[in-house]
Order: sequence, then C-alpha cells, then structure tokens
Amino acid sequence: MSRTRDQLGRPLVAVTGIGLVTPLGFGVADSWAGLLAGRSGISRITRFPTDHLRTTIAGQVVLPEEAGRQPFSSPERVERMAALAATEAVAGAGIGGDFPGPLFLGMPPVEVEWPQRLELARQTHGEQAGRYPAMVAAAAGRQDLFEMFLFGGIGERLADRFGTRGAPISLTTACATGASAIQLGVEAIQRGEAAAALCIGAEGSVAPEAMIRFSLLSALSTRNDEPQRASRPFEKTREGFVMSEGAAALVLESLEAAEARGATVLGLVLGCGEKADSFHRTRSNPNGGAIIGAMRAAIADAGLEPGQIDYVNAHGTGTPENDKMETLGMLAVFGDTPPPISSNKSMIGHTLSAAGAMEAVFSLLTIRDQMLPPTINHETPDPAVPLDVVPNVARPAKVSRVLSNSFGFGGQNVCLVLGAAP
Amino acid sequence: MSEPVWITGVGLVSCLGEGAAPHLAALADPAAPPVVDATTFAPFPIHPLPPLDLDRQIPKKGDQRQMEPWQRLGTYAAGLAIDHAAARGLVADMHLVVSAGGGERDVPLDEAICRELAGLPAGEAGRRLNERLANGLRPTLFLAQLSNLLAGNISIVHGVTGSSRTFMGEESAAADAVRIAAARLAEGRGELALAGGAYVAGRWDMVLLHAPSGGLWRGDWAPLAARAASGGGMVTGSAAAFLVLETERHARARGARGLARLQAVRSGAARRRGQDTARASATGLAEGLPLRPGYAVFSGASGVAAPAEAEAGFLADLGAAGPAQGPVRHTADILGHTVEAAFPANLALAALAIDAGRVPQALVTGFGLWRGEALAVLDPVAEGAAA
Repeated sequence: MSRTRDQLGRPLVAVTGIGLVTPLGFGVADSWAGLLAGRSGISRITRFPTDHLRTTIAGQVVLPEEAGRQPFSSPERVERMAALAATEAVAGAGIGGDFPGPLFLGMPPVEVEWPQRLELARQTHGEQAGRYPAMVAAAAGRQDLFEMFLFGGIGERLADRFGTRGAPISLTTACATGASAIQLGVEAIQRGEAAAALCIGAEGSVAPEAMIRFSLLSALSTRNDEPQRASRPFEKTREGFVMSEGAAALVLESLEAAEARGATVLGLVLGCGEKADSFHRTRSNPNGGAIIGAMRAAIADAGLEPGQIDYVNAHGTGTPENDKMETLGMLAVFGDTPPPISSNKSMIGHTLSAAGAMEAVFSLLTIRDQMLPPTINHETPDPAVPLDVVPNVARPAKVSRVLSNSFGFGGQNVCLVLGAAP
Repeated sequence: MSEPVWITGVGLVSCLGEGAAPHLAALADPAAPPVVDATTFAPFPIHPLPPLDLDRQIPKKGDQRQMEPWQRLGTYAAGLAIDHAAARGLVADMHLVVSAGGGERDVPLDEAICRELAGLPAGEAGRRLNERLANGLRPTLFLAQLSNLLAGNISIVHGVTGSSRTFMGEESAAADAVRIAAARLAEGRGELALAGGAYVAGRWDMVLLHAPSGGLWRGDWAPLAARAASGGGMVTGSAAAFLVLETERHARARGARGLARLQAVRSGAARRRGQDTARASATGLAEGLPLRPGYAVFSGASGVAAPAEAEAGFLADLGAAGPAQGPVRHTADILGHTVEAAFPANLALAALAIDAGRVPQALVTGFGLWRGEALAVLDPVAEGAAA
C-alpha cells in the first residue's frame, strides 16, 4: 500500500467532481442545503392527470424548458438531467475539452411511450385503427422516435456531448443502478483501463404507466394528502416508497492522475461490494444473505473492518420490506453497536436508477461537512428498528468513512465505501 | 494480473434450434434455406423462435408464469450454457452480465387503449389512460418487462449469484457485457462468469422501435449480400446466446473442457460522422490483434447498409494489411440480426466451430445497426496455452 495504491495494490480512486439534479434543487449546493435542512422534495403530481391513480405524489424535477409544452418523454428527461449533473461535475473537476475516460450511465429502461403511441394511433383509421401494424406504418421515416427510444441513444448523445472515450456503457441493476455505474468506473480505473471515468445515475420515470406498475406491486406510499410526510423510512407508519427523479454525476480519477494535474480531491471510493439474491423477484431472502454479503464485501474490498465505518447512507426506501431487511443487515454486519444510518429518500424520495449515484454524492458531502443528513418524518419509532436513524434533524459527527447501500428488485445488491481525501 | 480466459460452455438457441448440431450444420451449408416467418409481421420477415421444452431449464411453472417469452428464452439459454460447462455446482459465485432490451408489452391492451383514446381530446385521454392502465395492466407483466429481470430470473432459476449486471444499448451492450465479464476474470475478480443476451424478433413493440429507422428489410427474405443493391436492411432474428467464461486455471483444475480461448474483446463507438467512421473505429480496435493466417470471420453485420459497408471496408483493409483472411460468414443469414444476442451468438458459433476443428481461429465482428463497433478473437485452447 503506497500513497496512491490500496491494500491490494490497485490504484486508489478519487472523486474530483460531483453534480446533482434533485427535487430539492438544481446543483449540489441547493440539493445538499435542502437535505441538511430536512426539507422534503415530495409534492403533488402536476405534470399529468392523476385521476384513477392510487398514488398521486412524487418527487419532481421541473425543467424550465418543459414549461408550456407536452411533458418530455423519459429518455428526454433522463438525458437533460444527466447532462446537467455531468456538466456540474466535469466543471467542478476542472476538466475542459473532451472527457479523458469512459462514460458509465445508470438509467432506466426506455420504450416508446403513450404520447407517441397515441400520436401514431391518431394517424390510423378504420378497422386498423390503433393496431400496431398500422401504427408501425404511420411511424415510417420517424428516425427521431428510433433514436429517442433506443436503449443506447441517451448514452451515445451524452458521450458525444462530453467527448468521453470508447463505447458508452448504459446499465440497469434496478434500484442499485447508480451504485453499479460507480462500481464500473472504479473497476475500469483499478484495472488501468482508464485514468478517469464519468459515472452518472439518472432517472425520469414519473409518468402514469410507471406509477401504475409500481402501484400494482403495492410498492408505493399512498399518503397522498401529506406529500411531504409520505416518505418515512425506518418509521413505524411507513407503507411504501415515493417515486422520484433526478440525476447525479461523479468524475472519478485515479488518485495519482488527480494529484498529478493538481485537481481537488473530494474523497475516495474505497471499496465496492455486490451480491445477487436468488430468492424472489421483489423480495430478499429472509436470511438477508445477499444484503449482508454485499455490505461485508464492500467493507472488505476497502480493506476495512465494520468498526471503521462511521455512518451508513441507507438504501432506506420506506417499504416495510426494505426496513426489515436493511435493519437485519445492519445488525448482522455491525453487531450491537451499529453506526448511525439515515435515508436521503425520506426527503428526496426514491430516484430509482439515480439513487445509488445521488447517495454516493451525499455520502461525500457528509464527510466534507462532517454533518449527518437526517431521516425526516420520524414520528413513531419502530421497536423493530433499533438503529440511530438520525431522526428529523441533521447533526454534526466525526465521519471519515461511509457505507452507502443500494438494494434492488431482481436481487441486485451493491454497496460502496466512500472515504475522506487523503 | 492477466489470467487467460476460456469459453467452457455455450447456450445457444435460435430459429435453427438449440445447441451445437443445428448451428454447425447451418454454418457448413450456406445454401440451406433459412427459417423465416414472412407473414406474421408482414411486410417485415423475421426469424421465429423454435419450440422450447421450457420445463427442462425452468422447472417451476410458477417461474415460467412470471416471465414472458424474452425472459424465458434468455433464462433457458443461460441454463443450457451452465449445463454445457458442467458448472451447475459453481453458480453461487458465478458473475452474471446480461445485455438486455425491454420485455414484452401487453400488445392487445395497447391496441385497445389506442383505439379508444386516439379520438379523445388530450386531457380526457390522459384521465382515461390512467383508468384503463390501472384496470388493465397485469402486475406480473411489469416484472416481465423490466430489463434487469432477465438477469434476476437467471439468478432465481439457476442460482447464479456472484454478481448481477445488466447492460442496455443494443449490440454494443452485449460486446461490453462479454468484454467486462472477461476483464474481471482476467484480473482475478472471480473464476467464472456467465455473459450473454436474448432477443425475440416476433414482437410488434420491437417492430415499432426498429421500423421507424427504415432499417428493417421488407418483403421476401434475401441473403445479406443480395440486400445491399436494394438499400440494405435487417431481418431480425429470435435468439439467445450465453457463454460461460472461465479462467484457464480454474477450468484446468476442475477438468473442464475449453471450447475456445477468448484472446481479446474490444469495443468502441464512432460517432459515424465526418472522419469518425465505424470503419476507422474498427481499424483502431483491430490494432495488434493476434490474428493468424486463415482466420475465419464471424460477421455481426445486421444488413443495414451503412454499417455493412463500413464493415466490408474494414475487413478488406484488414485482409490487405494483415495475415491472409479465411472465409467471411454473415451469420445474420442463418440467425437473422439478433441485436442484444448478436455478439454473444457469434462468439458461440465461433467457439463451436473452433471446438469442432472447423476453423483455426475466429475474428468476431459487431457493427451496431446505429452505433457501436466490437471485435473479438477466439483461438483453440491449445494455441497459446499458458506455459
């Protein structure tokens, strides 16, 4: 282990730029200030009619250029927010011109959406009205639709815009997506494949069909009358997560490269851990094996013992299932004296594909400012959650290493350990 | 650290059937008639799915019910690959990297809603849409549609739990899935990985994605070589291909047979404008590849004109500058263009051909129909074995 290598001889990975777009604000400063103030970014949905929806609240990012026009499709929204976050991160890193490494983009799956489908359907007639063959015929020549909804489209356009190197990699690991994007960047740097990586998590799925689908899985909070009190992770009356959107971007560089060019190092990604679960499509194995495995793997990958983790940035979705499993994981990994844990999602909601990246940024800010962001809406403690969840109010603490958890549908579990700059 | 990586198992399903025999037979007989469904998605011909005995790889009916054809196909082929590698007992620590598109939509529901809403004013259509979706969507269909749930189902059905990652981005996603899975093994992050993808061509939702580009071939099926004169076009194919990648050290220790050695996997993405061409991108990727005289080319050309032309130019340059080129096979002629499954399917075909002693070395190409260039080199396991 040298100054710029870790305990396994791999290059240490520094974060030199961060960018955020959240329902609490555009940019790192506003988002972080809102989080420390315990402000909720959840509101009533205004973007589309909510009649017949069980859940009518969400975290929303209102893009100024959307005013007065039909709402953006998910890929348009994802691309815009990803670009905003990446612009902030790259500028913060002091990188001008082409980005000197690959792009890893965590994003939701995209597809032709209802506005486009209905637009095509309006051009069909008679017996064939609304039928796919007729809509396909009506879509002839629509290269714009093709490029908008191709899975590789957003990554390609961002790669073009930021001048990243090589094939952009777009990925999804459900609610762990943002953490996976960072992990891929870390690995590329550790392998010596790249000196830098642009890692983004972005989400823009607050739309009727996606909301209904999550509702059908009974995953969403229905506390529609009190949007700001709806997301209540680790609290006795929680009953689901609140969908949200936004983007986070991180510029990763080998510590050596960052120091060589005199960049400001915001922190280090010390370790990554992952473990897949084979139990069920939407539930973890009750023994917590995969969650515990991922948490332990990240801590071990960082060359640390659990006792050296000062704070945990929770997955903390606010579903009964997550509360149960994450608590189990905390107690299994940390024993009787777990470190404080809090959930950014109590304020921002669940930004799905963006969450892991967003929470990695907040973990770095926690270390920078020595302030733990709170878990808001903590009114009735749950005796089944014997954890210090930093209830309701941010507080100062000595923090040099943070474990950030991300657990997703399909048994995807990814954890990151972030540390202070050396 | 750079451990040699072998392919020790192949799970390949296409319109031709499953496993080595039908695919090697088709490679050996370029004149054989293709398996084509010209009517169901007319004017677009497709290569259909073969009948699958799903119970063999997805024994629980409950699991089958939670999926639609795309996830079932991929999960089935993943199981074939694990069996082929005799790796059933090794799945707990096996890493998984899947290249995925989206799963099936409920097409009859979409059509019913489109018929009903097309004539309504926007506000009313929005409210009615919510009502129809809330009452019409099946909860299981959400999970069957989620891209990362192909990987999720492979974990659940086959117990592959080392790690799980899903890449999105058409052909390019598959090349990077294999590239990164192999790189992780080569650097000592695990001994076994399962990488691949699946594509179901017979889906109106996929036709609606691809047809607007003008890239789909219309009318009677024709081989790739004959399409260029009419502006090119792809005939999409239903296929799944999964590869078990394994470090040579691990394979030797457990007495597993290597089908082929994965010498190199490289990927890039030209903007395909100005000087930044697919041809130049591939030429850059090919620099220093350890090609030997007589190498066979397993081409991933889709049939779309511009990338096909770029690939032809690249291969001509490569043949002129390097060792003598062997036969070039456009595998889309037998499988169709299988998008996320294309690159792994070509690797699977190449590995099977090498294992059968049909070709001395294989160069696998991938030229995405819109973006993405990729190359891989496969050798017999005996060649260049670790000293």
